[in-house]
Amino acid sequence: MENSFLISYLLLIPLIGSFLILLIPRDNEKAIRYAGVLFSTIAFILSLVIFYFFDYNHSGFQFIHKFGWIANLNISYNVGVDGLSLLLVLLTTFLTPLTLISSWAGINKKVKEFTFLMLMLELGMLGVFVSLDLFLFYIFWEAMLIPMYFIIGVWGGDRRIYASVKFFVYTMFGSLLMLVAIVWLAVNAAPALGHFSTDLVELYSISPKFEKEVQIWMFLAFALSFSIKVPLFPLHTWLPDAHVQAPTAGSVILASVLLKMGTYGLLRFCLPLFPDASIAAAPYMAVLAIIGIIYGALVAMVQKDMKKLIAYSSVSHLGFVVLGIFAMSEESVQGAVIQMVNHGLSTGALFLLVGIIYERTHTREISEYGGIAKVVPLYSVALMVASLSSIGLPGLNGFVGEFLILVGSFKSQVYNNWWFTIFATSGVIFAAVYLLWMYQRIIYGEVKNPRMNDLKDLNKREIFVLVPIFIFIIWIGVYPGTFLNVSKASTKKVIEQVLVNPNSNLKVTENK
Amino acid sequence: MINLIYLTVALPLLGFLINGFFGNKIKNEKVIGAIGSGVIGLSFLIALGAFVETLQLPVEERKNIVNLFTWLDVAGIKINFAYQVDQLSLVMSLIVTGVGFIIHIYSIGYMHGDKSFWRFFAYLNLFIFAMMNLILGDNFVVLFLGWEGVGLCSYLLIGFWYDRKFEKSTTADAAKKAFIVNRIGDFGFLLGMFLIYLTFGSLNFNEVFSRASIYSNEFIFSLIALFLFIGATGKSAQIPLFVWLPDAMAGPTPVSALIHAATMVTAGVYMVARCSIIFASAPDIMMLVAVIGAFTAIFAASIGLVQNDIKKVLAYSTISQLGYMFLAMGVGAFSAGIFHVMTHAFFKALLFLGAGSIIHAMHEQQDIRFYGGLKKYMPATFKTFLIAALAISGIPPLSGFFSKDEILWYSFANGSIVLWIVGVVTSMMTAFYMFRLYFLTFEGKERFNLHKEPQQRGKKAEPEAVDTHHSTLPHESPKLMTIPLIVLAALSIVGGFIGIPAIFSGEHGNLFHNWLEPVFKNANNKLNYYGTHTHFEEILLMALSVIFAVSAILLARYIYLKKPSIADNIAGKFKGLYNVLWNKYYVDEIYDATVVNPIVKTSDKFLWRINDNKIIDGVVNGTASVIGLASGYFRKVQNGVAQFYAFIMIIGIAAALFWLILR
Repeated sequence: MENSFLISYLLLIPLIGSFLILLIPRDNEKAIRYAGVLFSTIAFILSLVIFYFFDYNHSGFQFIHKFGWIANLNISYNVGVDGLSLLLVLLTTFLTPLTLISSWAGINKKVKEFTFLMLMLELGMLGVFVSLDLFLFYIFWEAMLIPMYFIIGVWGGDRRIYASVKFFVYTMFGSLLMLVAIVWLAVNAAPALGHFSTDLVELYSISPKFEKEVQIWMFLAFALSFSIKVPLFPLHTWLPDAHVQAPTAGSVILASVLLKMGTYGLLRFCLPLFPDASIAAAPYMAVLAIIGIIYGALVAMVQKDMKKLIAYSSVSHLGFVVLGIFAMSEESVQGAVIQMVNHGLSTGALFLLVGIIYERTHTREISEYGGIAKVVPLYSVALMVASLSSIGLPGLNGFVGEFLILVGSFKSQVYNNWWFTIFATSGVIFAAVYLLWMYQRIIYGEVKNPRMNDLKDLNKREIFVLVPIFIFIIWIGVYPGTFLNVSKASTKKVIEQVLVNPNSNLKVTENK
Repeated sequence: MINLIYLTVALPLLGFLINGFFGNKIKNEKVIGAIGSGVIGLSFLIALGAFVETLQLPVEERKNIVNLFTWLDVAGIKINFAYQVDQLSLVMSLIVTGVGFIIHIYSIGYMHGDKSFWRFFAYLNLFIFAMMNLILGDNFVVLFLGWEGVGLCSYLLIGFWYDRKFEKSTTADAAKKAFIVNRIGDFGFLLGMFLIYLTFGSLNFNEVFSRASIYSNEFIFSLIALFLFIGATGKSAQIPLFVWLPDAMAGPTPVSALIHAATMVTAGVYMVARCSIIFASAPDIMMLVAVIGAFTAIFAASIGLVQNDIKKVLAYSTISQLGYMFLAMGVGAFSAGIFHVMTHAFFKALLFLGAGSIIHAMHEQQDIRFYGGLKKYMPATFKTFLIAALAISGIPPLSGFFSKDEILWYSFANGSIVLWIVGVVTSMMTAFYMFRLYFLTFEGKERFNLHKEPQQRGKKAEPEAVDTHHSTLPHESPKLMTIPLIVLAALSIVGGFIGIPAIFSGEHGNLFHNWLEPVFKNANNKLNYYGTHTHFEEILLMALSVIFAVSAILLARYIYLKKPSIADNIAGKFKGLYNVLWNKYYVDEIYDATVVNPIVKTSDKFLWRINDNKIIDGVVNGTASVIGLASGYFRKVQNGVAQFYAFIMIIGIAAALFWLILR
């Protein structure tokens, strides 16, 4: 496909937006807020244009824009999307304006810096999803940490410094090894390519031919970095702290988009670059994922803080995604991709709802609430729908992803072991336990805490933020084809890249 | 009308949306009730039309699929929102929309004055929507959509009065328990679906069942059937997952009638019947189904003998009757089981609605020890309740007699004498506890005192029925409630006639059986039961079970009407047994002690507080503090976080280059 500038424009919008915001006087908070929403909305519209022109029968990258950057190392600015990344791009551009609007009430100090950082964060996240050059990818991957670090560290809760440093140390630790692996990969590929290159498409053709042992080391370096981000058990303990301390907008972006960078990385890099290692590692990754599913759910169940509960639920949900990715069947990978979007929507909605009530009461302790159904009926309905989506009720989005993942891992030739799926499926029980229990303790019963009697129900702005998310929650639940079709061809290609390679004895089987 | 069958799903959804979104603005109960009931009434008419149309078709053309749109299309999974109109789904549709409509009408009277009147009707409509998906779906995934959907509605409706107490806890606890126990069943159902997809490469009924009829790996069949049956035990409250249903009585009584007696709880029976070919191919699991069914039947009936809460007695009775239905499934009497689903829907809905009428009149008192002599105050409720009690006790020619006896006969003919004995003992117990309930409520001395303030009222206005300013005498319920009772009573009387056994009905044979026969043909061929039993045996067993039932009724009459002291004497003499029954065999307590508490405690004390906070974080913070020390040193020179970042970045890149050079 010929060069297209659309993706680059998409990256430029938040960049330009963020610098224009710096020009607005800091007293004019209203203008800053509107500007932030304006630019992120333009980015969303542009991503819809990309979605509209996207050819979903085509499995490769589209809208590629490439030019030389560091010429003697063949490092280039190279961006584009395929079916896997497009959905995440859309998720990012969809949620950014909504979270910005949601933060109008919660963020009252340093609005200018906050809006600036949020747009920079959007730039970083989009960059991660569209980079087709490993070096460029790494830059975005690291750059995105900085705004997130500040968002937690400046606008966060009481222990924000501890949380942000923990977040930072965890993720840096993984990233460093990934950088080493990127360089090593490029160096190793150089003889076959005839030149040093970090071009992803070029490396796709070379690295699967590496010795299995080499692949495994590289896989581990990449996978560690991604697994921390996911987060995969036992690398998850940064997540609850980061979530609890982050402001609402930070939590939403963190859960909805940032975590997906980990699973996206596994799918985009680990699988196609190191197929033999991926197949060898699949059972181990699956076991960690399943532990995460059950462990995350059990620990979520006993949390007393709403945000912490939802944070642990992410560990559980992302476990499903990892399980689906490494099952490497069409059903499971398609399920994993749609589940990334689903988790972004449902957990995003949950964090927004927790934020909404926190702004009114300044407490996230579940035991402080109870019986507010009568006081805030709309809020109760919204929390119910978001919880049900997260529980995976058929008809809402969560079910589609979970079902495909589970059915796909059950028939997975890579796992070839029913127990994986049997254990993972038990997660559907626990999800109901922790969410309904939380719901009951917050919403049902009689009002215990007298100050809850004055609680205000959702206002227009909050409804405006939640309704679009709920529309997609139902849309994906009832008619997921719109989104599954986008990722179909690219999913098939990734699976082929892994399973059809010289060293593999597994074959891609056609379905009956 | 067959082509319009999707309207039976869409109309209730429409009702839900209208009442759900605008109900609190409409406010007018009549309008809300009319919308809520109207959509269900229309659905019933459409289902009836589809039934009549199907009846005119030749037998081999009686299965039609109405396709709406594609839901999931990934690899081999091709799932449509498509509705299958066949003999089985039509029977179920008529039950659900018919009985559903009657209960909707009743609810207008029962829920009168409730502050969330609109919410109640919205939920009821949503329930019918989900239930119709469950019944009509032409594949496992749409069935599962309905399956989970009815579970959700059950959850919402059990917890409908979310600010009330219920027994030792709250209605919300009861609701949550129902949902979670059902989810345990769903876990099995999901695994069943996975294995079906793996084995047959599809999840559509037609493809799966036609492939299943030529597939022969019995082990796989057994596994699939077992998984599916686990699902059924959850939804249909069988051992070991029955514990949620008694608590489900925390919901308003029409809900108990509709969801927890007549329709939703029979979903498991429907599912087993739908998958009859799979179960018939797994004889071991068939046996298991029969045994679990029979055991649940007698187990729940024995608990019902001693309960004093009118709804609780009915709840255990429902579990017990569901056990009968599974017994039928397990011995391959699929159409007999569905027949019992139908008659049970009539008389059990009637019993619950009657109970609701009584509870209304008694100012929310549910303890039958404080009833008595109600028949002169509530003539309509009394007569209809008596009819239902006779029907469930299996007294000919009421509907329950035909369906129950058919099950008992097949459990003897296809199963074993043991199953038959269990079945008959259960039916004696049923007749006994039903008439214990009846005599304590309607006959004998009046033991109530309505001066006492009602236990709990979640309503802002007193319902019409008791609106006579705390009169000391109970009143009959309004027409909106008694007419549904009368309709159901009529159905309880005549409902059995369409299933008169072949030995009595002559050349036409059993009409109900003939109608469903094509659906179960493959399964019956596979089971291949030969009729080596004589008509004499059939009539003998029938006579025996009637004699037993009648004597149980007389015994109840003697104990609870003539000599009330006997009951206490017996309870005193067998105190141990009585306590076990009264405490429902301590099953809840055992589950709490062996499953619930250990999981919660371990998660809290070990997984979270020790593993996460101490072990994993200990390692991380250990590492972090080393870095922290180093960076602390640097911070003296350069202040700020960005520098810290740069520092690590440089170290990292240096390490990478260092390594590249030295390798």
